[in-house]
Amino acid sequence: MQIYLPIAEMSVNVFLLLGLGGAIGFLSGVFGVGGGFLMTPLLIFIGIPPPIAVATQANNVIASSVSGSFSQWSRGNVDFKMGLILLGGGFAGSTIGVAIFSLLQTLGQIDLVINLSYVVLLGTVGVLMLIEGTRALLRRRRKIKPGKLHTHTWLHGLPLKTRFRRSRLYVSALLPFVIGFAVGILSAIMGVGGAFVLVPLMIYLLGMPTAIVVGTSLFQIIFVSVNVTFLQAIQNQTVDIVLALLLTIGGVVGAQFGGRFGARLPGDTLRLMLGILILGVAVRLSLELVVPPDDRYSLGIPS
Amino acid sequence: MSRSLRALLLCLLVLGGTGLPARSAGLIADLSNHLVAITSGFAGVDVLLFGAIDEPGDLVVVVRGPERTQPVMRKSNVAGIWMNTARMTFERVPSFYFVASNRPLSEIASEPVLRANQFGVENLGIALPSARAGGRAATEWREALIRNKQRQGLYVRETASVALLGQRLFRTSVHLPSNVPPGLYRAETYVLQDGQVVAAQTTPLSISKLGVEADLYAYAHEQPAAYGAIAVLAALVAGWLAHLLFRRS
Repeated sequence: MQIYLPIAEMSVNVFLLLGLGGAIGFLSGVFGVGGGFLMTPLLIFIGIPPPIAVATQANNVIASSVSGSFSQWSRGNVDFKMGLILLGGGFAGSTIGVAIFSLLQTLGQIDLVINLSYVVLLGTVGVLMLIEGTRALLRRRRKIKPGKLHTHTWLHGLPLKTRFRRSRLYVSALLPFVIGFAVGILSAIMGVGGAFVLVPLMIYLLGMPTAIVVGTSLFQIIFVSVNVTFLQAIQNQTVDIVLALLLTIGGVVGAQFGGRFGARLPGDTLRLMLGILILGVAVRLSLELVVPPDDRYSLGIPS
Repeated sequence: MSRSLRALLLCLLVLGGTGLPARSAGLIADLSNHLVAITSGFAGVDVLLFGAIDEPGDLVVVVRGPERTQPVMRKSNVAGIWMNTARMTFERVPSFYFVASNRPLSEIASEPVLRANQFGVENLGIALPSARAGGRAATEWREALIRNKQRQGLYVRETASVALLGQRLFRTSVHLPSNVPPGLYRAETYVLQDGQVVAAQTTPLSISKLGVEADLYAYAHEQPAAYGAIAVLAALVAGWLAHLLFRRS
């Protein structure tokens, strides 16, 4: 059954979209990430124009992070003070990100930048996760004691030090603001929530407890993706509601099954598998950049 | 809704204005469908063009979509990465082009006649201003534009066939793919004798989004802030519903 997407101006099989939403939802349930980094490349792969894939995926991220954050909230796993500072940075970053997006679109370089950001980011995060995951596995085997819990670096010497009770931290407020800002830019350009960057940064750079990290990142991702969706709709008219709703329906169902499946796997195995998956996507996308294209010429958006 | 109604009225007006199956010098032609509606289930459609001629002759049918300004980009390898490095903008490019004839175009008329009437993709009147590109480069850009349009299914790859019945009746089928750009199209029917056009007729064809699709598109472009707010709200509600639905299980 075909359905016509009003903004993308093309028709796609309904079951393909539901299935895509379901499969990515399942993976995001297993690994506890939004899955935007998989969904946006897949949408582009099935022929959705990249600007529409990115903006619509931001809309889809809202739904998945709302449903995920309710349970985190009820367990008290949200550090609101930290979340709000991240959010301040995230709002500023994503607003600038959408403006950059519009500019690149008029320059005709948006596809390249989307692709490059994916390769660089997924490549880095994937390699780091693989290293970390392998180390954790080895550690478990050899029963080596973990190193110092908390080390002091120059980051702790920054001004505006603030106490975050929920996270049991005393760090500079600039740190979460800058992290939020950087991830905000990424989420606007890449159409992702950014959890796969935000979560490692919150754990390793800020030193937040893992339990609090997931809830807090979901909390801030909701608001940043609301901002991105709204701005993309206003500036670029690239949000396809029909596409977003179909992906969301598939996604929420898939995420439930994925969540149950993931609960049975040990944490470090999960991280290792996620690392491999992320790296796989990065390799696939980098091929598109380096392999000579079939046709060097392509059409821009007509007016 | 008022928008789609307006589109329909406009279409009727146009049809009324040019006269439905207008006659000209022994030629009469019409379309099976003057209004193609793009609705939620739209997956492309075939429109039949049929008619009759008084005297034996050759037939050429051309269908053109509304003209647009079309940028074309060229990639080249920069430090190992393929990126768009050059860009040319073509003016007045038909968004859709279809051509059909009863026998190969080269047998029907001479090169100058084909070019003057823009019969065949290679004779389309799209050219870069000579100030921007000339000679070899200009041809390359032009060919690239046509090749990409053909890949999108919006330009015919080769001339389709017009079936002639008893030298008098003719018909041909025009395929409009699912990505066909909406707008006012022109279906032109030409009769040729001894390599010269002796009769021609133009029939309008309106392709427009109708119903929810049209409303959503119009809303997204006319009221972007409200559209964005609705998109956000719908996602928030969907997420909340999903949470309620699966909380107990």
